[in-house]
Amino acid sequence: MSGAGTPPQRVRVTGPPRRRPPLARAREVDQETPLGELYLGSLLRDQLAIAVRTLAWIVGGLGLLPLVFFAWPALADHVVLGVPVAWWLLGVLAYPYLLLVGWRHLRRAERTEDAFTELMDEVGR
Amino acid sequence: MTASPVPGVVAIVLVTAATLAIGTWGLRLSRTTSDFFVASRTVDPRLNASAIGGEYLSAASFLGVAGLLLVSGADMLWYPVGWTAGFLVVLALVAAPLRRSGAYTLPDFAEARLGSRSVRTACSLLVVVIGWLYLLPQFQGAGLTLGAAVGAPYWVGPLVVGGVVLANVTSGGMRSVTFVQAFQYWLKLTALLLPAVVLALVWLGDGRPGAQETSGPFPDLVSWSRPVAEGGGQGLYVTYSVIVATFLGTMGLPHVVVRFYTNPDGRAARRTTLAVLGLLSAFYLVPPVYGALGRIYAPDLAAGGSDGLVLQLPHLMLDGLGADLLTGLVVAGAFAAFLSTSSGLSVAVAGVLSQDLVGRDRERGRLDGVLAFRLSAIVAVGVPCLTALAGADVGVARTVGLAFAVAASTFCPLLLLGIWWPRLTDVGALAGLVVGGLGSAGAAGLTLATDLGDRLDDAWGGWARLLLEQPAAWSVPLAMATMVGISRATPRRVPRHTTRFLVRLHAPEAVELDRG
Repeated sequence: MSGAGTPPQRVRVTGPPRRRPPLARAREVDQETPLGELYLGSLLRDQLAIAVRTLAWIVGGLGLLPLVFFAWPALADHVVLGVPVAWWLLGVLAYPYLLLVGWRHLRRAERTEDAFTELMDEVGR
Repeated sequence: MTASPVPGVVAIVLVTAATLAIGTWGLRLSRTTSDFFVASRTVDPRLNASAIGGEYLSAASFLGVAGLLLVSGADMLWYPVGWTAGFLVVLALVAAPLRRSGAYTLPDFAEARLGSRSVRTACSLLVVVIGWLYLLPQFQGAGLTLGAAVGAPYWVGPLVVGGVVLANVTSGGMRSVTFVQAFQYWLKLTALLLPAVVLALVWLGDGRPGAQETSGPFPDLVSWSRPVAEGGGQGLYVTYSVIVATFLGTMGLPHVVVRFYTNPDGRAARRTTLAVLGLLSAFYLVPPVYGALGRIYAPDLAAGGSDGLVLQLPHLMLDGLGADLLTGLVVAGAFAAFLSTSSGLSVAVAGVLSQDLVGRDRERGRLDGVLAFRLSAIVAVGVPCLTALAGADVGVARTVGLAFAVAASTFCPLLLLGIWWPRLTDVGALAGLVVGGLGSAGAAGLTLATDLGDRLDDAWGGWARLLLEQPAAWSVPLAMATMVGISRATPRRVPRHTTRFLVRLHAPEAVELDRG
């Protein structure tokens, strides 16, 4: 108790915060909260999905060719502009195809990363 | 060869002089240990892509592919396609995360991801095995090529290549090697493309012989046009084994992977990879021209050895100065191929050796980093060089194929699961590396080093030999399954820092995060 005459100092009475203050989303990831794990998990899944689609293009476009030529050997006899068709496919066309698939992958992967960066820069809630 | 050795000698002297000059110039820019190992991680994607291209295009690409195409035809096109597609797989699954992991080498990555010294040691061992498997044929090829091009005795090639590589690697490390490699990509492309254009014009001038004969004089044209190996189901197996080894082995080649650490960030690593894809595509369009022209102008080569096709074709199609100039150019390109691939591999092997073997002394303060690296480089170059000199004849193309198979069976599962699967454990990884390594290297090594292959010739209708010689199609899935299976059986050993490490691998650098 303070002495008579001097009014007691005003004290602000507060309870413990009922909600924890909003974290920046990046901190959710840092502290491995369930929400943070969710963010990371979705980034991983998105990137993996893009990669799997790219692999599917490789397998579908190139990987099945031996099987196709094995199943229909007569295909190899076709000659286009004096060059057997397999030489066109594997000697020439395979390369622009790989480049195109790679370019598409790069664009999608970077776009996903940009979206993640924007999401992390926002303050939660 | 009847041609004079002069153009070849001039070409080799010029390439050697240019390589040493650029290496010395790079040395003036190299100051720190970080320069030595990763060029201080400041290499621009375009320069870096040229360097990767220069390093990756070995003698197998420059000389081997054209010869294989001449002899076997379209099923050999899978090698260049696979060596290119391998980089698309790297781009899709590995490039950016690997760079973001912040590790120097594959063993560094393994240790950081799994926190285990044993996995690290296994990886170091594998880097050295794969590196030496790949270096040995480079030195052998150099001996054979110098013999064919300038009539030098066999031992000259390995000694010259070994000496130049050692001088470059020990003097400037990664930074000077980066410039040398980039220069050598463009040299190799020019040296293959320009003669191909000239020779194709000569073919047009000759009235396009062979163009109308697609159904006539070559009885084996049908097999030459088929992109599947001979022998029914067994041929199909061989073709798919090549596809698996090349598509998936690229990511595990130590000299390729070490380059990703020289990128400034994950995005640059991805862009570098796409640029490499473009550079390799441009290069691999050319060897089929030699293969096709060889079918018309060098039918005798198709029966015997074929690695000389690129070197001999100019003289088979032209006379006089023109032929000499073109021969000089292709010899220069072939020699550049030996130098650049050997340099890259030596840097990678020396990096691992200096950190894991010689480096133990460094930790005790007995050796500084640069000296340790130089000592390791001597070992890294010396062992395969001496083995080549000792005359170990294991077959150039098959040894490179084996290096790819081992890389695909070990580092490919480790990288894929380490980057994308949080539940990988150290025990699982180790088991997978052992199974994949023993499966691929053991099986193929047995057939290379012993006559087991011949004795098994008739077993299981020829399948036994095939499965041993071309292990990739079964050893890669087996290693992958082992890693997943054992990891699942040991869930408590998942490293505690896994989530944080995956954040580091996948989150873009622009986001401020705790990366552990």
